[in-house]
Amino acid sequence: MNQKYWPLLATITVFIALFVIGGSMYNNFLSTLVLGHILADNAFIIIAAIGTTFVILSGGIDLSVGSMIAFVGVVMAVLDSAGWHPLVTIAMMLAFGFLFGAFQGFIIDYCKIQPFIMTLAGLFILRGGCFMVTLDSVPIKHPFVKMMASTRVPLPGGGFLTTGAMVMLASLVIAIIIAHYTRFGSNVYAIGGDRESARLMGVPTRKTTVLTYATGGIYAALAGVVYALYTSSGYPLAATGAELNAIAAVVLGGTLLTGGVGLVAGTLFGGMILGLISTLIIFHGSLNSAWIMISSGILLFVFIVMHRFLIGSFGRQKLS
Amino acid sequence: MSDISQNNTSMGWFSAIIRHRSTWPIVALCVILIVDGFISPNFYEIRIVQGRLFGNLIDIMYRAVPTALVAIGMALVIGTKGIDLSVGSIIAICGAVISWRIHAGDTHFVILLYALGAGVMCGVWNGILVAGMGIQPIIATLILMVSGRGVGLLINSLYGGTNPSFESPLLQGLSTGHIWLIPTRLFVAAAVFLGIWLLIRRTALGLFIEAVGGNASSANIAGVNARFITFLAYVICGLCAGWAGVIMTADIHTSDPISVAMYIELDAILAVVIGGASLAGGRIYLGMTIIGALIIQALTTSILISGLRPEYNLVVKAVVVLFVLLLQSANARQAIATIFSRLKR
Amino acid sequence: MTGLGSPRVELRNIHKSFPGVVALDDVNLSFQPGRVHALLGENGAGKSTLIKVLSGALAMDSGQIFLDGQLVDVTSTTAAQAMGISTVFQEVNLIPAMSVVKNMALARNNGRYGFISWKRARKDATDRLKRLRLDIDIERPVGSYSVAIQQLIAISRALEDNTSILVLDEPTASLDAKETASLFAVINELKSNGIAIVFITHFLDQVFDISDDVSILRNGQLVSTDQIKDLTRQDVITQMIGRELDEAEHTAADKSNFTAGKDMLVAKGLGRHRTLAPFDLTLRAGEVVGLAGLLGSGRTEMVKLVFGAIQADAGSIEIDGVKMPKISPQKSLRAGIAFCPEDRKAEGLIGELSIRENIMLSMQAKRGWLKRVSRKEQEKLAEEMIKALAIATPDAEKPVGQLSGGNQQKVVLARSLASTPRILLLDEPTRGIDVGAHAEIIALIRRLCADGMALLVASSELDEIVAAADRVVVMRDRHKIGEIDGKEITRDNIIQMIASQ
Repeated sequence: MNQKYWPLLATITVFIALFVIGGSMYNNFLSTLVLGHILADNAFIIIAAIGTTFVILSGGIDLSVGSMIAFVGVVMAVLDSAGWHPLVTIAMMLAFGFLFGAFQGFIIDYCKIQPFIMTLAGLFILRGGCFMVTLDSVPIKHPFVKMMASTRVPLPGGGFLTTGAMVMLASLVIAIIIAHYTRFGSNVYAIGGDRESARLMGVPTRKTTVLTYATGGIYAALAGVVYALYTSSGYPLAATGAELNAIAAVVLGGTLLTGGVGLVAGTLFGGMILGLISTLIIFHGSLNSAWIMISSGILLFVFIVMHRFLIGSFGRQKLS
Repeated sequence: MSDISQNNTSMGWFSAIIRHRSTWPIVALCVILIVDGFISPNFYEIRIVQGRLFGNLIDIMYRAVPTALVAIGMALVIGTKGIDLSVGSIIAICGAVISWRIHAGDTHFVILLYALGAGVMCGVWNGILVAGMGIQPIIATLILMVSGRGVGLLINSLYGGTNPSFESPLLQGLSTGHIWLIPTRLFVAAAVFLGIWLLIRRTALGLFIEAVGGNASSANIAGVNARFITFLAYVICGLCAGWAGVIMTADIHTSDPISVAMYIELDAILAVVIGGASLAGGRIYLGMTIIGALIIQALTTSILISGLRPEYNLVVKAVVVLFVLLLQSANARQAIATIFSRLKR
Repeated sequence: MTGLGSPRVELRNIHKSFPGVVALDDVNLSFQPGRVHALLGENGAGKSTLIKVLSGALAMDSGQIFLDGQLVDVTSTTAAQAMGISTVFQEVNLIPAMSVVKNMALARNNGRYGFISWKRARKDATDRLKRLRLDIDIERPVGSYSVAIQQLIAISRALEDNTSILVLDEPTASLDAKETASLFAVINELKSNGIAIVFITHFLDQVFDISDDVSILRNGQLVSTDQIKDLTRQDVITQMIGRELDEAEHTAADKSNFTAGKDMLVAKGLGRHRTLAPFDLTLRAGEVVGLAGLLGSGRTEMVKLVFGAIQADAGSIEIDGVKMPKISPQKSLRAGIAFCPEDRKAEGLIGELSIRENIMLSMQAKRGWLKRVSRKEQEKLAEEMIKALAIATPDAEKPVGQLSGGNQQKVVLARSLASTPRILLLDEPTRGIDVGAHAEIIALIRRLCADGMALLVASSELDEIVAAADRVVVMRDRHKIGEIDGKEITRDNIIQMIASQ
């Protein structure tokens, strides 16, 4: 078994274990219905996390994700009331996400600013941008959105896939292709693994960094679109702290926060684990949301410590 | 840096002041306050109402206290080349602990100790992860950041009820009371500042933190116990966040783990950076960190009185961060210089 | 010059300087096709800088590079690769966490529109590895293979069809004898294909085993270029470390009143697996022990083991007859040992801090963080040290990173002395500093010794050891191979010992 799949294996094991625990506690838990709901509820966070996966693989971090989701939603909602067709605004917002990410990536690389700080500024700018656009929750009423929200593909066993879930799965496939079948994908892994070596091996580090954050940006924007369709509204306080959930999903998915190691597919399961935990706790009824945070934290701790000790076996230490 | 020092002799005191690291943050603060004076004619007015001072200047200091407290601890952690993302969660936990012990009927002084102790324990946890296990600070403190507010909720649920409110003369006195016309929390902040300043500058702790942040392996070979020093920085940061927790919780006299001190870690980091310290570690500027916290609050207050929506605050803050960071970046400075020289031609 | 036909690559008048250091000073070199050209020199002699310039990883300040007689402009590693200059850098050459095939395909065009054709990439990787007769699973991460295999993977990645010169930077640094032999087989085969090979190493045996030409660099200057058949081991060692001292440096060392005092530090069987074979060492009061050997012989490791900067896994240390339970930098400092590391930037100084702060750091660490040295005492101490060691600075508040190399070295020395040690360990105390400062430091070493201090001085400058030491420990291949003292301490004797098989 290839070592690089161990963390993913751990993730999938945890996911299945949680699912089975749920099944043993509640009737009807082990069903495509529950699975479909988890997918629908967490589609936007998983999409955002996929973008974050690229950023983290490259050795960076993106905190602007949550604000981007809210900003996209708010702009879509306001343009909707102005009579624009959602497809036009969607295309516009995706382009905006790409450009904004690229801008962040450029500043990070050119000015040698820590990604943490630059994307923190991005978080402020976009959240502030939301408030500048509107202070209220604005509904999106266009029939197209209603249609998208109600479209469902039935699954065997009574479950169904929502539009958001399908978009999520499609974007996951695209991300896997980008990560594993393009030069850009390889370059991301390389600069995350060892930036200096990558440079000496001929990887264009600046271009790769800019494109990485641009990818993070477009995925965050897509997450915003899915979230807006899911809630049929735009709200400036939406998705507060979503960037943390996205990072947690990436880490639980087996990607090293130090960069260079991880699989995009893992992020799907990482996000599903987070969704499963909240579903389990909501099913329980008497437990409150405290446990969602605490159990996420504990899982995060376990995975981070596990990664800490796995690093050695990946031979990341320098030859001396 | 080196090109500056070479012209040392030809520089007068004026350029020395211009180039001093403290000058620009202080100028920035003054500019903000002067602009405020133009926006609102009675900006500088200070009145006495109900036995205490009121006015915009007092208000800026009053509101800056929590950020300043957290930023003091953050300055030490950043000095070690680290970062602590969990301070907001620590504040939430402290609030929950206060509320819990009040319901348990402890005396208020003991409750204060409990709250600060909770902050210290959180710092110990972060310190063990960073200094003991060698996990990157940003990752290690993320764990408490994600779960800490949940721990707060859990403590609340120990005795039932969400966001329980309480009354505590001692704690509320510390937070919202006043002594000789002056808000008590300013004394608290001053005491914490003085305490930490004495701790780092009257012992060798400050020097050791700067040595570890500047070059950990050099410091280790010079005989400094880098791990212990790093650990201590996180513990102190926890303690400072504990104080901020006391002030903030007593202010709203309720434990509200979900929304208390949202984004305070970002403000605190910002205050440290505006104060002139680099995130790359190696320097602690405690006094300038306070100036940084005041700048952030002064910006917020100016936006309020200027009639702009308070939400513009975030964007303004972001622009300030970017501006400060661009000034710190050699590449960007060079680019700006090139643009200017082209414009001159 | 060797004068064998037309050179494949010729470097003319190469200059490169970094802030505070001249790394390459007017270097002229040429590499012939079908020959292995060894580059020798101590740390900081300029070998790595030279090949970084040649391979486009660093821009030179001035000079010219000719490839097959044509003046070329090497702007990046990719450009160099395209011209046929292939380089395998020391340490940084592959991404360990990525699979072999991914490493091979990295930054290469195969497939359209930015996609990678894994089918072609796999075939390409297999072909490349086959050229070096390497049969490995290309899907496994590079980091999971031994260092030897990693080296071969890196070489096969670097080799193109048009490669005319292959540069190998310390390829054998972490290989055992068998692995080295298989690497040499590959080198010999490439050589027979007419490729010029530049081989950087610190293993003298290997130089004689494989190379045809030898060039020696010292302090950024080319000392000599010869054919290996015209050289003996003694010649090479002499050229590397046997520089004649200047008059000033000779007079600086005065050993007339030498009397060895009592044993202060006794190491028994101290060692660490794969780092340094167990050794015994005694340091006595009023005696300077010199540590001689070539680069990589274990000089630095011995000093660090004694100080506890590297943890020993065997043996023990007694100080004044009392066994130290655990050796760590903090404990050593308290026991009265001070250490000046070889690498000032990485392990010695804290560049942002001022001269004063750097000087008092160890002394403060010895006292503990609670008992702060007052500002007044600090200033007094700094002033004293600046005066005593003649550190050239306007004042004690200047950040240490802005000082010149020699003054930085003096600050590190000052820090050690400020901790009032009884035992002083110096690793390369005169590395990269000018002649004047050189003599001052040797004089200082003798003065400290006369005051009853025990000193251990590791140095790559043989004459420095001859001038300063009362007893010399000789190292080779990570072993202590002997000690000589008194009248026996001569250049020739030491070179003989190092060269003997």
